[in-house]
Amino acid sequence: MRVSFNVNGEDVTADNVWPGESLLYVLRERLGLPGSKNACEQGECGSCTVYFDGVTACSCMIAAGQAEGREVRTVESLAEGSGKGGDRALGTVQEAFVEAGAVQCGFCTPGLLVQTDDLLERTVGAGGQAPGDAEIREALAGNLCRCTGYEKIIDAVHLAAARRAEAAGSSS
Amino acid sequence: MKATTRTVTTDLSSTTRDGLGASPRRPDGTLKVTGEFAYSSDLWMEGMLWGATLRSPHPHARILGIDITEALKLPGVEAVLTHEDVPGEKRYGLEFQDQPVLAFDKVRYKGEAVAVVAADHPETARRAMERIRVDYEVLPPVSDSLRAAHDPEYPLVHEEGTLPVHEEYHQRGNRVRHQPIRTGDFVGVAESGEGQQEVLERLRARADAVVETEYEVGMQDQAFLGPESGMAVPAEDGGVDLYVATQWLHVDQKQIGPALGLPQDKVRLTLAGVGGAFGAREDLSMQIHACMLALRTGKPVKFVYNREESFYGHVHRHPAKMRFEHGARADGTLLYATLEIVVDGGAYASATPAVVGVASSLGIGPYEVPNVLVDAYGVYTTNPPCGAMRGFGAVQACFGYESQMDKLAEKLGMHPVELRVRNAMSQGSRIITGQEIDMPLPMAEMLERCRDLPMPVERTALEDPADQRTLPGGVAGTTRGEGVVRGVGYGVGLKNLCFSEGFDDYSTARVRMEIVAGEPVVLVHTAAAEVGQGLVTVKGQIARTELGVEKVAIAPSDTQVGSAGSSSASRQSYMTGGAVKMACEAVRESVFALARERGIIPESVPDAELSLTGGKVVSRSAGALVSLADLLGDSASGGTVVEETREHHHRPTEMLDPTLGQGASHTQFGMCVHRAVVDVDVDLGLVKVVALDAVQDVGKVLHPQQLAGQIQGGSAQGLGLALMEEIQVKDSEIRNPSFTDYLIPTILDMPPMRIDVLEHPDPHAPYGLRGAGEPPTLSSTPAIVAAVRDATKRPLTHAPVRPEDIVGIDL
Repeated sequence: MRVSFNVNGEDVTADNVWPGESLLYVLRERLGLPGSKNACEQGECGSCTVYFDGVTACSCMIAAGQAEGREVRTVESLAEGSGKGGDRALGTVQEAFVEAGAVQCGFCTPGLLVQTDDLLERTVGAGGQAPGDAEIREALAGNLCRCTGYEKIIDAVHLAAARRAEAAGSSS
Repeated sequence: MKATTRTVTTDLSSTTRDGLGASPRRPDGTLKVTGEFAYSSDLWMEGMLWGATLRSPHPHARILGIDITEALKLPGVEAVLTHEDVPGEKRYGLEFQDQPVLAFDKVRYKGEAVAVVAADHPETARRAMERIRVDYEVLPPVSDSLRAAHDPEYPLVHEEGTLPVHEEYHQRGNRVRHQPIRTGDFVGVAESGEGQQEVLERLRARADAVVETEYEVGMQDQAFLGPESGMAVPAEDGGVDLYVATQWLHVDQKQIGPALGLPQDKVRLTLAGVGGAFGAREDLSMQIHACMLALRTGKPVKFVYNREESFYGHVHRHPAKMRFEHGARADGTLLYATLEIVVDGGAYASATPAVVGVASSLGIGPYEVPNVLVDAYGVYTTNPPCGAMRGFGAVQACFGYESQMDKLAEKLGMHPVELRVRNAMSQGSRIITGQEIDMPLPMAEMLERCRDLPMPVERTALEDPADQRTLPGGVAGTTRGEGVVRGVGYGVGLKNLCFSEGFDDYSTARVRMEIVAGEPVVLVHTAAAEVGQGLVTVKGQIARTELGVEKVAIAPSDTQVGSAGSSSASRQSYMTGGAVKMACEAVRESVFALARERGIIPESVPDAELSLTGGKVVSRSAGALVSLADLLGDSASGGTVVEETREHHHRPTEMLDPTLGQGASHTQFGMCVHRAVVDVDVDLGLVKVVALDAVQDVGKVLHPQQLAGQIQGGSAQGLGLALMEEIQVKDSEIRNPSFTDYLIPTILDMPPMRIDVLEHPDPHAPYGLRGAGEPPTLSSTPAIVAAVRDATKRPLTHAPVRPEDIVGIDL
């Protein structure tokens, strides 16, 4: 079958899609967007988290056909500026994860970045308070990480929240 | 992070930015956050095929026949291979060559690979596998590890005469290895029987307190997030190029070549991005299969296991059954200890002999005990194969001996830290194998520091005691604080670092210095596997510090350079870090020699006065002598390129002798101490870990941030083993092969983790460093279980602790 949808602001079409394929498979294997990760493909680990019409979801649990006409945003959209690869500056959340040591093997990282981005959008991004530890833990409870013990991830989220709040403050 | 600095053997006062002791960014960090980092499952090539593995549905069965005819007829299928298609050696293995590339005659565990398929789409491959007919004669499972160790009538997993013989391992029946250790009054005492009882009775009579308990540690999964995957690409020379996530490229190569019937130089490996390892990638998974299919079809073949397959596709942590007895004087002084430990290796040996070597030699822990009897057994069963996982052998024993320490302390009315301090080892102590600890081991100080760390706020004093998120059960809202009891527990563990028992696990580094666009640039090339731990960062830091150059690039790891050994046993900073240091020193010497040749260095200035600093050759007395740019010249215009390759070997170690278990078998020792604070809902058996604080001696901190990541990550895996992680195996079948049913800690399960790092340098190690990855995984588990025990007063002899153990229901 043919599936057409919007990924990271671009209209795309995938042909010869087998109906059993997931959105994750189509992104990774047909659209050249391997950033979303295939760690469990059971909706348990959050490594494949994308924005699906603005709401975070596990792309492994979405059948390819369900994406028809929808808007999908992946980890590849988080860098700032246009273009691909090295030309773009890291986004605030990406930068904070590298700086705080929240990345080890990095396989869980793309999902955590999208989920963190969403948390910050809903909090500091909406003019609210920066999230506290408990709120961060709750928001990221669906994202498994096996390397870090999560401490540095929490540090990274605080760092990103502070920077985003600062940026919002200086631009208003 | 709080760090205590002691005297350091090597002067790291170099001012090069991002050198040792700083926390520079990971060089792979940017690619990892943009999604561009190429993990082994991300590889893609035009025209590639998808590989898939048909696995045995039975734990134990005879294979009567395999019919692939129908599978081959399916459009899109390009190859279906069985054991008959294995070109070379039919079996492989890390220590024993006992595991079939593809099963023949028999399958010995559920999930064993029987056939492989290459097809144009993963779904085509799956359907092809459905069409392969395998005729099995199902046999009863051989699932009881204790019977496998002791019952001569128990059926054999491997037929007599089919296994390589290692006399020193006392192989018999299903035993892969039996390692006895005898000290003091137990010298000369047999494995069991009257002689042993007599000695025990005499010692018991002298003891004021005796504790005897059986413990179990469940089968833990490494649960790395990046599944087994890789791509094999056939080459024009008849060889194959394999891009794969592994822990040790050269040991893979050594096993793949013979199976393919190809010489080593025709099997070239490059490390693809690794999504975590923790021991699970020490053994081969899809490597030989992908190469066979690529060579057969002439096309690139990619394998990616899914999560369920991953549970069958790699070895796990050995489950252990242990019986300990400790006797002590009234003042807490240990008089004797005995241990029988049986670790279940499952169907194939994998790392089982080494696990037995660790479990025996470190079986009693870091305690002075004059009379010790240990019998450690590793056995074959038809259970899932077990091998390496972070802290192997030592993790299981540590849960047992630390539980014993707590029980003894309680019996003697002592504080658990006081009892441990009384019997603590220190530099100069001998472990039970007679090996002297010839490096600092400030165990008593570490215990006391850990005990004295600030306690978390009492629950009753919390601002909002009804915040569900702070309570056991979390937002499920199972309690408002009623039935919740707080407990505190301690754990300490001793871990061998680097490979042991005579293994020369050297590492190789090639370092190249040249001038590019007027600036000195250094390239570091090793075959070491970056699995997430941050070795890529450390290699760069070492080169910057040693060579005084800021621009350092890390070459991809591959088999074009000599072996680096495995990314396991907490050994890469020590071994590959040491190799990079040696190669840098050689580069530096070459640079000095060149400068002398050109008469730039006055003859009165010895090499010892020289350094490379800020891109210049600097003399301590005469100052900057020449810039590297001037000395070497731009490599693009015929300048000098300095390149040196060095191998780094650690000091030799010995096999344990097969009778008394004596010998200096270990390279280095690491230690971590944990204090856990828990809140337990004693009515429902739910646990919330409130704090998990650690004190660890790492010899020398190379990268404070990454070090914290290792300690916290290791502590988290220990928390998993304490409270939730167990592969449920019934009649040799895994019952929970998914992240729905096999739980690993989430961010909600992890408490804040305070870290106190000590730096007592090991005089034998580069920079005085000690491997840091494993020790926290030992001590965190017993500390947490001890805290739960403190809260519940239940015996809790099984790790992980299950709700029914806390509530006291026998299921």
